[in-house]
Amino acid sequence: MTAVLELAAVSRTYPGSSPVTALVCVDLQIHAAERTVVLGPSGSGKTTLLHVLGTLERPSQGSVRISGQEVSALPDAELSGIRAHRLGFVFQAFHLIDHLDAVQNVALGLLYQGGRRQHDARARRAAAVEALDRVGLGSRLSHRPGQLSGGECQRVAIARAVVGRPDVVLADEPTGNLDSAAGAEIITLLAGLAADGTAVVVVTHDPAVAAAMDRRVQMRDGRVIADDGGTR
Amino acid sequence: MSAGPVPRSRMRARDMLGSGLLGLRGRALRAALSAIGIAIGLAAAVAVLGISASSRAGLLSQLGAEGNLLTVTAGQGFDGTPAPLPLTAQPMIARIPPVESATAIGYVSGATVRRTAAVPAIDTGGISVLAAQPGLLTTLGGSVAHGTFLNAANVNYPAVVLGAVAAQSLGIDRVSPGTQVYLAGRYFAVIGILRPVPLGPEIDEAALVGFPAADALLGLGGHPTEIYLRAAPDQVQAVAIVLPFTANPAEPEGVQVSRPSAILVARAAARTAFTGLFLALGAVAILIGGVGIANIMMISVVERRAEIGLRRALGARRWHVGAQFLTESLLLSLFGGVAGVLFGAAATVGYALAGHESAVVPGAAVAAGIGVAVGAGALAGVYPAVRAARLAPAEALRSS
Repeated sequence: MTAVLELAAVSRTYPGSSPVTALVCVDLQIHAAERTVVLGPSGSGKTTLLHVLGTLERPSQGSVRISGQEVSALPDAELSGIRAHRLGFVFQAFHLIDHLDAVQNVALGLLYQGGRRQHDARARRAAAVEALDRVGLGSRLSHRPGQLSGGECQRVAIARAVVGRPDVVLADEPTGNLDSAAGAEIITLLAGLAADGTAVVVVTHDPAVAAAMDRRVQMRDGRVIADDGGTR
Repeated sequence: MSAGPVPRSRMRARDMLGSGLLGLRGRALRAALSAIGIAIGLAAAVAVLGISASSRAGLLSQLGAEGNLLTVTAGQGFDGTPAPLPLTAQPMIARIPPVESATAIGYVSGATVRRTAAVPAIDTGGISVLAAQPGLLTTLGGSVAHGTFLNAANVNYPAVVLGAVAAQSLGIDRVSPGTQVYLAGRYFAVIGILRPVPLGPEIDEAALVGFPAADALLGLGGHPTEIYLRAAPDQVQAVAIVLPFTANPAEPEGVQVSRPSAILVARAAARTAFTGLFLALGAVAILIGGVGIANIMMISVVERRAEIGLRRALGARRWHVGAQFLTESLLLSLFGGVAGVLFGAAATVGYALAGHESAVVPGAAVAAGIGVAVGAGALAGVYPAVRAARLAPAEALRSS
C-alpha cells in the first residue's frame, strides 16, 4: 500500500551565520486512516516536520512523496494545488479570520481548489455548512470567531481543514490554547476523522492527545528517536 | 484515496474580487480613512473641471454659442461723448445678408436721471440716457427682471427701462404703476428693470427710452451712436470688413467695429489659467492618497502575516496572495475615486445652482479621474502585494 505521505532521509537546515538544523535524516511514512502523534520537547523539530509534511517548507535534503508523487522540487502552482486538494491544516492559534463568520471561514478551505463544483460560491457555502454540522456547530453558522469559545473556534478550524476532503489532516498543537475539556472534544473529533480514511498527524506536547492516537513518533534534536508504528 | 495528478491551485476573478471586498469590509474604518486622500484629490480635480466647464457653458450661452455679436460705433467726439452715426446706418446694416439682427442705440448727451427733481442735478449716479429699439434684448441676449421692455406701444411715451446697475443706484428694485424717475427735466414712468447684460455692460448703467420719445422729448434727432448686430457665425469676419462702409459710407475710417465676445473669451481664458493650478493640486492630493494607500497596505501585510500563511496552507499560490492585496488596494482607490467624483460633481452642481448656470460635469474628466485613481491604487498596491506574495508560508504561520 502506497503511503499518503512519505519522508525519506529528509533534513532541514536553516541557513545563517550559525545554521540551525531542525530535521536530521528523518524517514517517516503516513498511511491512509492512520492516526499518528508526534511527540517531543520544544525545539525538537516537530513543527518543522509538520511543515515539511505539509509542503509549507521544502527539505534541504531528502525526498518528500505525497501519494507516491515526489513533491520536493515541484513549482509553487502544483505545491499549492496539493495543499488545496490533499492536505488539511489545524493550528494551535486557530488562524480564523476575525471578520468572517464561521461559514465564511470554513468556505475558505475550498477557495483555492480547482474543481468546477467548488468554484461556485454557493456550493462552497453549502459544503461549509455541512462540515460545520459534522463538527457539531450547526447552530453557530453565522457567529464570528470573537463570539465563539476557544473550543468552538478550533472546531471551525477542523471543519475548514476537512471541507476539501483531504487525504491527510496535519495538526500543530491543536489543544495548546484550550482547557482540558475543550481539548478532549477536539481530540475526539480529530481521532474520528480517520473513520472515513483520512490520515491524521498531530504534533503535540499533550499526553492526552497521545493516548487517543494509534501511533506515536518520538522526536528529539531533529531526529526520530522512537516510532511504535501503531503496534501498541 | 485520490491518486493521479493533482489539479493546480486556481481561483476565479470573481472570488478574488469577493475576497478583496471581504478583506476591506473587515477593516472598514481604516479602508475609508485611507481612501480619503484619493477622494479629496479627485473631488478637487472634478470640481475644478466641472466648474470651469459650467462657466464656459454659461459663457457660450451668453455669446450665443458662436461669439457672433459685433458692435459698430462712430468713435467719440471732442468732448468724449459718442459721435453720431448716419440715420441710415441701422437699416443698411440690417440689409447685409449674413446679418441676423441689428439694433441701434442713441446716446442722449447732457441728459441726467435722478430719483426726483429734488435730487441735485450733479448727482447723476453715472447713469446715461440711451434711446433704444425694441429688438435690443434679442440681439444682445438680455432679459427683463421686472416689468416690460420697450415695445411699439410705449416707445412714443415718456417711459423708461432701467439697466440693472442704474436701477440699483436709483434705489428702484421693482416696478409699480406709480414708479417714476426725473429724466432730463421731466418725469418718466419706469416700466421695466433689466437683468445684467454681460455682452453690453454699458446697458447696465443706462436708462433706456424709445427712439421716438427721445426725438420728441429729448431732442436726439434720431441719430444712433452705436449699433449691435449678430452675423451668421461663419461670416462674422466678412461682415466686419464691410461694416464701416455700410454704416457710414461718407466717413468709413471713423467707424469702429468691435467684437465684445472676444473680451469675454479672453476673460474665460484667464479664469481657466487657475484650472491648471488646481488640477496640479488635485494631482498632488491623489499622489499623497496613493502613498497613504501604499502605507496602509504595507501595514496590512505585516499585520496579516498569519492570514497570509493560512491562505498559503489552504492552497493559495504566491500570486493569489499578491493579487488579493493588489485587489484590495485597487478597490480602495476605486472607492476613493468614486467618492471623489461624487463630491466633485456635487460641488459643481452647487456652484452652478448658486450662479444660475447649467451644471456640466465633464464625462471625460470623470473617466480620466477614476482611471488615475485606480492607476494610483495599482502603483500603491504593487510593492505590498509583492511583499505578501514573497512571504514564506511556514515563516508567516509562525508569526501569530
